[in-house]
Amino acid sequence: MSRDHFHAVGKDIRKVDGVQLVTGAAAFADDFPKERMLHGKILGSPHAHATILSIDTSRAEALRGVHAVLTHENVLLAGAKGARQPVFERVAYTRAGQDYPEPSPWDFFLLDRKVRFVGDRVAAVAAETPEIAREAIDLIDVKYEVHDAVLTPREALAPGAPIVHDEPDARNIEDAGKNLCAAVDVHLRDLEKGLAEADLIVEGSYTVQRVQHAQLELHTAISYLGGDGRLTVIAATQVPFHVRRQLAQVLGWPVGRIRVIKPRIGGGFGGKQEMVIEDLCAALTLATNRPVRLELDRREDLVACRCRHAMELTCRTGSKKDGTFTAMELTALVDAGAYGSHSPTVPTNTGNKNLPRYRCPNMHYKFDAAYTNLVPTGAMRGYGTPQGSFALECHIDEVAEKLGIDPVELRIRTTVRAGDKDELSPHIYEVKTESPGPVDPSEGAGWPIDSCGMEECLVKGAEAISWKEKRSAFDEWNGKNPVLRKGIGMCCLSQGSGVAGIDTANATVKLNEDGSVNLFVGAADLGTGGDTVLVQMVAETLGLDAEDVTIYAADTDIVPFDSGAYASSTTYVSGGAAIRAAEEVRDDLIAIASKLLGESSENLVLENHAVFSSKSDKSIPIRDVATHSMYKEKEQIEHTARFVSPVSPPPFAAQFAEIEVDTESGEVRVVEFVSAIDAGTIISPKLASGQVDGAVSMGIGYALFEEMPVDSSGTQLMRGLNDYKIVKADGMPRLKTIFIETYEPSAPFGAKAVAEIPTNGVAPAIGNALKHALGVRLRELPFTPERILRAIGKME
Amino acid sequence: MKLHFTLNGEARTFETAPGERLSELLRRSGMLGVKIGCSTGDCGTCTVLFDGEPVVSCLMLAAQAEGASITTVEGLSRDGKLHPLQEAFLDEGAVQCGFCIPGMLLSSFALLEENAEPYEGEIRSALSGNLCRCTGYENPVRAVKRAARAMRGEEE
Repeated sequence: MSRDHFHAVGKDIRKVDGVQLVTGAAAFADDFPKERMLHGKILGSPHAHATILSIDTSRAEALRGVHAVLTHENVLLAGAKGARQPVFERVAYTRAGQDYPEPSPWDFFLLDRKVRFVGDRVAAVAAETPEIAREAIDLIDVKYEVHDAVLTPREALAPGAPIVHDEPDARNIEDAGKNLCAAVDVHLRDLEKGLAEADLIVEGSYTVQRVQHAQLELHTAISYLGGDGRLTVIAATQVPFHVRRQLAQVLGWPVGRIRVIKPRIGGGFGGKQEMVIEDLCAALTLATNRPVRLELDRREDLVACRCRHAMELTCRTGSKKDGTFTAMELTALVDAGAYGSHSPTVPTNTGNKNLPRYRCPNMHYKFDAAYTNLVPTGAMRGYGTPQGSFALECHIDEVAEKLGIDPVELRIRTTVRAGDKDELSPHIYEVKTESPGPVDPSEGAGWPIDSCGMEECLVKGAEAISWKEKRSAFDEWNGKNPVLRKGIGMCCLSQGSGVAGIDTANATVKLNEDGSVNLFVGAADLGTGGDTVLVQMVAETLGLDAEDVTIYAADTDIVPFDSGAYASSTTYVSGGAAIRAAEEVRDDLIAIASKLLGESSENLVLENHAVFSSKSDKSIPIRDVATHSMYKEKEQIEHTARFVSPVSPPPFAAQFAEIEVDTESGEVRVVEFVSAIDAGTIISPKLASGQVDGAVSMGIGYALFEEMPVDSSGTQLMRGLNDYKIVKADGMPRLKTIFIETYEPSAPFGAKAVAEIPTNGVAPAIGNALKHALGVRLRELPFTPERILRAIGKME
Repeated sequence: MKLHFTLNGEARTFETAPGERLSELLRRSGMLGVKIGCSTGDCGTCTVLFDGEPVVSCLMLAAQAEGASITTVEGLSRDGKLHPLQEAFLDEGAVQCGFCIPGMLLSSFALLEENAEPYEGEIRSALSGNLCRCTGYENPVRAVKRAARAMRGEEE
């Protein structure tokens, strides 16, 4: 099936929310203030690890305009100020936005006596104005007993280390007494046997840092009680249904009395797959019986939200002389930070979204994720994959060099093809989840790879950047020992499309009498264009134009359940639900049209706003069928359908970087960056290429300069966007993006995920280009001028 | 205290308190296209035109606007008709989450007022104060070129 066959899918249309966004109309959470709204503010811990001995809130409470001061001492009695709501109980929970029961440990409390990182919650205030709230925060007097802090996973796992989670009521921690948050150790067949068969064994170690989402919209929530006593939270979230369920859990409220509304989201990238503030915002509303707005400032967003997991990784590969791999091993020591959100699952992906793209019978993947007294880590675009991609793809280049095989050629020889199986993932998939999916994890079983354009990605990407020509031309250039060195490097990648067997989406399609439809989805477009893609799919299925489809998304009172926007799931999983609902509406339309036209249903198709007979050329407008159904047959045509996939079909990609590096200053300039991507059918070309562009810009920051250093007390040094820099408009290389379209049979219109994979390869492609330019392998991100000068011996 | 300035072409009077930022006053006055991404002048989402020049309104006191002419993104479209820049941003897929877009539109508007045919480097330089984490700036740059062509009357 090709794009030419479709009328709505594969075409560029204007984003369905575009006009409101270019005109400045109310769109984001902070654009919906309420009457009599109070402003919340959080007091963050100044210590990385401490117990609160006492909190004196009397001066804060006495301040005019202050309505509530919540602390661990009074949170259990919140509401005592005359409101009607029940007392909160101390409840262990996770704020990770995942399906129930969350695989993440329940190691968090609304407000706790112990603080575990600099910026951790100590108290919260609600006041008439943001200024009063800030002033009240300064008036809270806290006495701490400060404990030794652990700032690296190595320290944390050493015997005798201070224990981050010594509370007895946390749940589902791997081994709290050893600071071990989560761990996995899985084998595919026999690694040692594979190593014994190898002609060459290569080992390498690599280090990746913490980085932050730095989405432009700050974490924002507005909560209020309706006249009916129900709680509504307008939240900048990727996971409205999980937020609703977790709010019910922590507040002790029934789910049915809580409504979560996701308006437009100003970027998330995983940082909003987490209930960062909604719980405290709602608690302030319940304590005051007033609407409350809680918005973090940029400093709080950087020091007290979530970030990408830092890791130390090792790789070991056994190969034959011709490049055939006999054994592959990847291990990761993972910094989970102070709470375990996403820490069992992110490092799982580090293995299972990387190793399986290579054909190799014997594999071993192992990680240990340790608690530290640092900002908690969490979900971030790529979800553990970029860390593993950096290590493994630098490593494969080292293998290629030792074998004397071109890096592109080695990858063409060793990567998977359509018809292969991913044998590793069923063994390690979604640890700790009670429903690991319907795949038999026994020997020889595996997830089918039904669509794979990897080889073409490698070939076409290499052509696009003139790989061979530049590789030898730069060798010659660098041979003259110039100050400015040139390099070209590449890598290949794989990801997933949703979480197999777990991510669930529902969609409702309601047909109006004029032939237009309303589409109700739980999917949570976080700025990616997910809503637009779903509209295109429904329009395609029903023979309508995109303008005929009005979408309502992510209001838990109105739309059916969806796991949320993460794991690159919207196109594949939510799209699967949307087309199934649309197909049921289509079948109803055809059944009625069959009667009206006197034609057999098999001959009828929906095209161009009408039901057509391919046999007799007879047709009837969809609006006439819809009107007939509604007013003659008294039938509202409306269907809800669900989609949950037993597999997570991987998109594949190859990425190529051409760089220049100044050997005097240590500065790297990326000249050109090519991404060749198999994301199946491309539903919305400009939106898809926009995903690639943005992912590459994020990857450049990861590769070259983004990092989150702390001082010896565990206090983070990056306090704003003036020191935590992200790529600017004049800092981008020339970009080329090539889509290698395959057809994924399990997917709506053959489409796989596109949003995460292009961020994974930027760092390893640049790392491999640096090796080409300098002849030195850099093993630690980011590639700052200091690291480069040290690597070439120009700095101590 | 009372404050008088022209907002999107209309002479208006505002009530402000000492210390209030221009960004806060504008949002409070219904100009929701003025976004707050940092309050420290680093992100550019609160960009407005101050007598035609792009400025970050979070670093200005409201009182500084006395007598000035301020344009927000709400002032770009007239009578329900989108400005060519807005049209081009939609057509080029330049809007992802959209949070930075009002600021980008105003920076681009100021550029095209001065330079009807900017080079790509000039566009990138004009947008370098507007951080965007979604687009990698590719489609926005294309959109500015497209709008420039449209404003010069060239056929698409």
